[in-house]
Amino acid sequence: MTGYADFLLLVVAALSLSIVATSRLTGCVRASALQGVALSLLPLALWGGALDRHAVPVATMSLGALAVKAVIIPLLLARAIREANVRRESEPFISLHFSVLIAAALVGFSFWLGTILILPKPAPTPLLVPMAFANLLVGFLVLIVRRKAVTQVVGYLMLENGIFIFGQTLVEEVPFAVELGILLDLLVGVFVMGIAINHISREFEHIDTELLSTLKD
Amino acid sequence: MAWILPFLFLTPGVLGLAALAVKSLRVGLGILLFGALLHFVGTVSLWAGADTIAFGTFLRVDVTGLIFLSITSVLFLLVAIYTVPYILQGTHDKQSAPHRFVPCLLGFLAAMSLVSVTQNLALMWAAVEGTTLASAPLVYFYRRRGALEAAWKYLLLCSVGIALALLGTFCLGVAASAVPGASAGLTLDGLMKAAPSMARPWLKTAFVLALVGYGTKMGLAPLHTWLPDTHSQAPSPVSALLSGALLNCAFLAILRFFQVCLASGDAAFARTLLVVLGFASIAIACAFMVGQRDYKRLLAYSSIENMGVMAAGVGLGGAATYGAIFHSVNHSLCKAGLFLLAGNVLRAFGTTSARQARGVLGRIPVTGVLMTALFLAIGGAPPFGPFWSEFLIFQTAIRGTSPWIGVLFVSLLAVAFLGMAGALLPMLQGAQGDDARRVREPALSVVAPLALAIGALSIGVYVPPILSDALHHAATALGG
Repeated sequence: MTGYADFLLLVVAALSLSIVATSRLTGCVRASALQGVALSLLPLALWGGALDRHAVPVATMSLGALAVKAVIIPLLLARAIREANVRRESEPFISLHFSVLIAAALVGFSFWLGTILILPKPAPTPLLVPMAFANLLVGFLVLIVRRKAVTQVVGYLMLENGIFIFGQTLVEEVPFAVELGILLDLLVGVFVMGIAINHISREFEHIDTELLSTLKD
Repeated sequence: MAWILPFLFLTPGVLGLAALAVKSLRVGLGILLFGALLHFVGTVSLWAGADTIAFGTFLRVDVTGLIFLSITSVLFLLVAIYTVPYILQGTHDKQSAPHRFVPCLLGFLAAMSLVSVTQNLALMWAAVEGTTLASAPLVYFYRRRGALEAAWKYLLLCSVGIALALLGTFCLGVAASAVPGASAGLTLDGLMKAAPSMARPWLKTAFVLALVGYGTKMGLAPLHTWLPDTHSQAPSPVSALLSGALLNCAFLAILRFFQVCLASGDAAFARTLLVVLGFASIAIACAFMVGQRDYKRLLAYSSIENMGVMAAGVGLGGAATYGAIFHSVNHSLCKAGLFLLAGNVLRAFGTTSARQARGVLGRIPVTGVLMTALFLAIGGAPPFGPFWSEFLIFQTAIRGTSPWIGVLFVSLLAVAFLGMAGALLPMLQGAQGDDARRVREPALSVVAPLALAIGALSIGVYVPPILSDALHHAATALGG
């Protein structure tokens, strides 16, 4: 089954890079939703062969990711974009071309990190750990570079997706922790942020976090 | 006795849900007081029990957890009393939905209690996440732009922090998976037993991620930037709980990871990190305290400074560990009191600017006197509690291998004291403007800060044996 898993991991990474390169907000949200779909298939591809033992964690992770990452959050974000009537990223802190270069470097760095941090028990596929770190770091990049609240949430989602991928290594060891962690992170972090974004879009009529910088010293 | 552990977080949770259905403010506040009182009684009864009390596989409280639980419980009871006049007589805007206040507060209490009464690191993580969920609506209680901005920063930065902490928890699971039969469920006991043979690179990665992740929530530099905004924009009772109770919960989470590092026999690395981040936090807080014009922000920066003191104390080890845990008690008493008093000042003057709120002692004398006392206490003046805890940390540092750390510590504390004095003293003593008048202070809004000030003074003069025993036990468990 690792063939499917590797394919899914590569799709996730490609979508991450495409988010970095996209300035249209709807494009970012769409790519993030697709990433959610790919991630919801990942537990099935990794553990589908041993479903009898891991049915509960696989089901919660797959269905949870599908519902929240692929449907609910993208819908909330799309509504925020519609209400606030913004289309494009206004001048990110670093130009898109340069961010893509940094993202590519981060992916390379993650592969190097994967050679240093070796799992005590081999992962289902050697791509798992590097791809987890790559998604995490690229998510961080998007969080830092972008100004719109919507794209910041997309960046946070990517960061979380990295942790989701990493969690797959522990499904056999601590299924409870993995399920709990991933489900809560999905529901709580992002759901509340989705609500907050809607407040912001109503209050400010646009969702540029630059406007959210009146509190300083 | 063990059934008290689930009781401590289920009661506020259930009462919070019940309060959600109640429309009447007075009934809601009654539920709040009832829940706070039940929680307090439950917590007190735990002190009579054994050192470690367990309920099922997930709930377990040791002395360290009990100390932090008690701080939360005492503060919550006092804040609940303060909240009654705050909600009933406060000037709220129409949209602020005061009936949501009580359910969120009780949910917040439930999540904070769960952090202290579990030693399952996955469940503890979920509880810390729960505290963010319950407190974010409280921060945005006043539907103002500033509050919305603060709530957004709080959510975004703390969610990133909490995500890193989850990754740290997973890394700990990976580190434990190298030890056969050890990874069962990420409980502190199991992890500490397995620690000596854990995969070291993963253990270190786990500690770094947990320190940065939970450290975000605790207000440690460099990811502390949400804290001054959030604590200054939130309603005062919420600020008191955020500063006095929530920061401690995050500290407890870091201490759990530190305990695993200690058990591995390889804690020097973790100690260095704690000292470095601790001092960085103190220094950054000092830089922003000098010349600070907003008194609520000033108090928030002082919280960052004190969190730094606690982290550095645990990192230094020895007697400083006792000092650090003692300091968390002291800081909670003083800072919760100060934030509640800041709420009184805000109501009397209608501004958070220390320059415009002149003559606090003249307009609201009880608040003014208490604020002076608590400012001296948190600034480290004897005979209040914080003096002794900071003195212990200083003593350990100056007697250690590098005495200059102790000198740096004292110099930074002096800067922080002067920074606070520069803003607060003119505000307290200054002459009032043209509209000089005395404002009535409701008894319920000063009784809680009064109790906190008496507490901070009395544990400075005399630490009861039951508390000092508990502190010693906790310090021993934390390598002190």
